[in-house]
Amino acid sequence: MKGGSVARLDNMSGDNGAGGPRRSRQAPLLVAPGDDLGDSGEYEAGHGVLAINGRLRALKQGRMNNRGGTVSIEPRRTSYVPRPSDLVIGYIEGCTSNIWFVDIGAPFNAILPMSLGPSKAEFGGIRKVLDIGDAILCRVQEVEENHSSVVTMKGMGLRAIRAGTVEEIDPHLLGRLIGRGGNNLRQLKEDTECRVVAGDNGRVWLDGDLDGILNARDRLNALLTEAKIEEFGGEV
Amino acid sequence: MGGYGDVQCIDENGIRLDGRTKDEVRPVSIETGVVPVADGSARIRWGLNDCIAAVYGPMEAHPRKIQRQDRAVLDVRYNMAPFSTTDRIRPGFNRRSREISKVTAEALESVVLTELYPRSKIRVEIEIICAEAGTRCAGITAASVALAHAGIPMTDMVVSVASGKVHDIVVCDLNKEEDNYGEADLPMGILPNTGELVFLQMDGDLSPDQFQEAWDYNMEAAKVIHEEMVRALKGGAE
Repeated sequence: MKGGSVARLDNMSGDNGAGGPRRSRQAPLLVAPGDDLGDSGEYEAGHGVLAINGRLRALKQGRMNNRGGTVSIEPRRTSYVPRPSDLVIGYIEGCTSNIWFVDIGAPFNAILPMSLGPSKAEFGGIRKVLDIGDAILCRVQEVEENHSSVVTMKGMGLRAIRAGTVEEIDPHLLGRLIGRGGNNLRQLKEDTECRVVAGDNGRVWLDGDLDGILNARDRLNALLTEAKIEEFGGEV
Repeated sequence: MGGYGDVQCIDENGIRLDGRTKDEVRPVSIETGVVPVADGSARIRWGLNDCIAAVYGPMEAHPRKIQRQDRAVLDVRYNMAPFSTTDRIRPGFNRRSREISKVTAEALESVVLTELYPRSKIRVEIEIICAEAGTRCAGITAASVALAHAGIPMTDMVVSVASGKVHDIVVCDLNKEEDNYGEADLPMGILPNTGELVFLQMDGDLSPDQFQEAWDYNMEAAKVIHEEMVRALKGGAE
């Protein structure tokens, strides 16, 4: 293992070709953080990719996509980062006299002010409306620079979840669940005769009869397994 | 040659106690997803070292005084299990584990894009199950893989490895006897894709030539370990 000094830029990567990133038609390329994805050239750095000194570099572990000149990574795991207008399913984690704190699966709890709650509540009596542990369907109204967010329950279809069950999938797999033009989600609803609401934070509300819910839950698990097999090949 | 009292670490042919040549790395294997409840986890077996790292977060930083308005903080805890060495280790934090936690956090902060998660905390727990020498290097390497497994954005992974000197012979990746009876060791944290250095410590004395030789050994060893890290992440068991 003798050799000269090796502390030079870019001489330790095995496949740092200058031909730019792979096209998506080729077999999916699995990447690890720090992997060199080629020359940035006319490509734009999308999700999970950073352009450094004219080179594209992977920031996350996952599968590389190259669509429309934008190179991105579909991460294997990721945490949810809220954006305004996201439809999310949250759990009430705490409250003060006029504010609920909602766990929406993000690094920080969102706040739900009494004025944006589902119904009129008295100051100091908000636990009569939504109690700790309750699940709610809400929408992200505002996200500040420091990642604190406000959610609202004023809007069509936003409500407290009193029936059915809430399942969780990785947020980056929502695209597969919904499908092109919502086809997959529509099919799931028809097959299971369940109400299925997919939140942007990866939480999915299933409501219907017991058999339908169990069927829908199995379909979600199958989707997760399929995604893993497709991503990494072979059995999981 | 290469002896210290009754302990002879290297024989006349340059073969070490565990059968390696002076530029060889101990066998390394890494697996991911070993702690299912964590957001990301990894286990590294490196020689007789056995280390588990688990990552939780990003999450709200508590207590609030540790929050940074412009970035996340890495809360790293390195700990050796009481049964990890022949002499029982008293449980809990001590000066050594505090120091290693600090240098590990600083090494990892140089690659993690902490500015994406202001006011947050990323918790990294490193537990040494079995110690043979080079546990800080194993801990940093395992923590790097666990962070990548958790989907935390990083510009590169940190590979850490130590070379050292045993009676004027520079050897790569010290084992327990070499660590105990040797004169110097040089742990380094390396970014394998760029060759940059993010962590360097030196215990003992090395001449400039010996330093260069140890440096080169570490850089070459980093390639071998990085290959295993990438293999674990790309096709790792879940």
